Amino acid sequence: MSYRVRLFAIRHSRFFEALYNAVNPAIVGTLKGVDKVFGKKLDRPITAMEAGLKGLLFDCQMCGNCALSKTGMSCPMNCPKTIRNGPCGGVRADGTCEVKPEMKCVWVQAWDGSTRMKGGEAIKDIEFAVDHRDKGKSTWLRIARGEIAEKVSDRH
Amino acid sequence: MIDIDSLHNPDRMGTNPGDPLPRLEGHVSHGRFEQVLRAGHFAVTTEIAPPDSADPTEVLRRASLFDGYVDAINATDGSGANCHMSSLAVCAILTRAGYSPILQVSCRDRNRISIQGDTLGAAALGVCNVLCLSGDDVSAGDHPEAKPVFDLDSISLAKTIRTMRDDSQFLSGRKLDLAPRLFIGSSINPFVPPIDNRADQLAKKIDSGAEYIQSQYCFDVPVLKEFMAKARDLGLTEKAYIIIGVGVLPSAKTAKWMRANVPGVHIPDEIIRRQEQAEKPKLEGRKICAEIMQQVKEIEGVAGVHVMAYRQEQWVGDVVKRSGVLGDRKPWAPEKSFADIQAIT
Repeated sequence: MSYRVRLFAIRHSRFFEALYNAVNPAIVGTLKGVDKVFGKKLDRPITAMEAGLKGLLFDCQMCGNCALSKTGMSCPMNCPKTIRNGPCGGVRADGTCEVKPEMKCVWVQAWDGSTRMKGGEAIKDIEFAVDHRDKGKSTWLRIARGEIAEKVSDRH
Repeated sequence: MIDIDSLHNPDRMGTNPGDPLPRLEGHVSHGRFEQVLRAGHFAVTTEIAPPDSADPTEVLRRASLFDGYVDAINATDGSGANCHMSSLAVCAILTRAGYSPILQVSCRDRNRISIQGDTLGAAALGVCNVLCLSGDDVSAGDHPEAKPVFDLDSISLAKTIRTMRDDSQFLSGRKLDLAPRLFIGSSINPFVPPIDNRADQLAKKIDSGAEYIQSQYCFDVPVLKEFMAKARDLGLTEKAYIIIGVGVLPSAKTAKWMRANVPGVHIPDEIIRRQEQAEKPKLEGRKICAEIMQQVKEIEGVAGVHVMAYRQEQWVGDVVKRSGVLGDRKPWAPEKSFADIQAIT
């Protein structure tokens, strides 16, 4: 079920990009306020909400280094090798994953998804390896607290 | 205490074949492989299968099969996720005999701490070339129960080594006393999806630090031609040396098996049919390889070929000779052949 939702999100990457761009500042703005009032008290429910929503839509693995907007709305952490600049050379002729033949290659999907996005060119930028200390952290909260830049392209 | 100046000054170098060569103007490494490419020669590289043995002479025996036919030898890093002697050890042994090994580094088994330490150590042992790979998944090999690491990917890895070499520091920012002079390479597979984006991905690999590229097996020259045209349009052939992988197939049966079981190998039906119908299939496999080498050399922007002949290493010299891609040039080989060394000891 979740796999099919993920494919749907990539097929409609342009819509989800627009939605993300529209909703993200609102979420981050709200969280800035929440952070001022409640501090870290609401971190767990907020993180759970982000995990639930992004998990449903993108099979998000909560790496804490979200790059969806530059990977065609296809989460790279679903790649069995967690490659951040893919794909690898093992993609099957039909575009499925060498490790999980039942799954379409996350990065074939990413390059495809990015063709429909306004900011699709961002997939051509190098994304350095994830910071494993951030695993399980809410990207939204981190942006709200100014720990990372709002735009993925401005990070690093 | 090692005399650092001797790395740069040819007069101060010893007579040991494993001593580093002088680093030429505009070169990043002390290696012969980089010198061959920058001089504009059509390079030939091959792959050594690291032994399942602690015997160093076995490494030298395997390398001696290529004497006089190749400019560099890739030492695979647990290829196919199978356990063998480490690529670092193979490279160190080969370096001592004067060969130009390419250290293959896969991201599957080691994290960024281990990889940085190993590449620094490799440079200290005289290794001049490194090939950055993501690596096959553990599920492909003989230890499928192992933990896959994949802390970095091939692009982050190239960037890491470039940081160490050009900024003389670890990823942490901690300074190095002497930077590793490594010629950085990466791989590309133009023959599997997303075919339209493979040139874009090549651009990313070059941006990350790759100065040469070795491709997956090419059995489909028309697909390669399209890929190279895109690479030229993006100006990539000016920025990196593109070396195309070619393969020696022993039989149509093996070809079919590889196509079905080795990730990323694309072999068109015509090639398999040709070998099936041949009277001498083994010879036909070598003829196919030599012909592809000739065709590949004609493509603008191709800087060399990488001959992969797994369990057929004794035929590498034959296909190189048959193809004629080296012209009159004879790549470096040890003065004393392996047989001579054996006779002495």
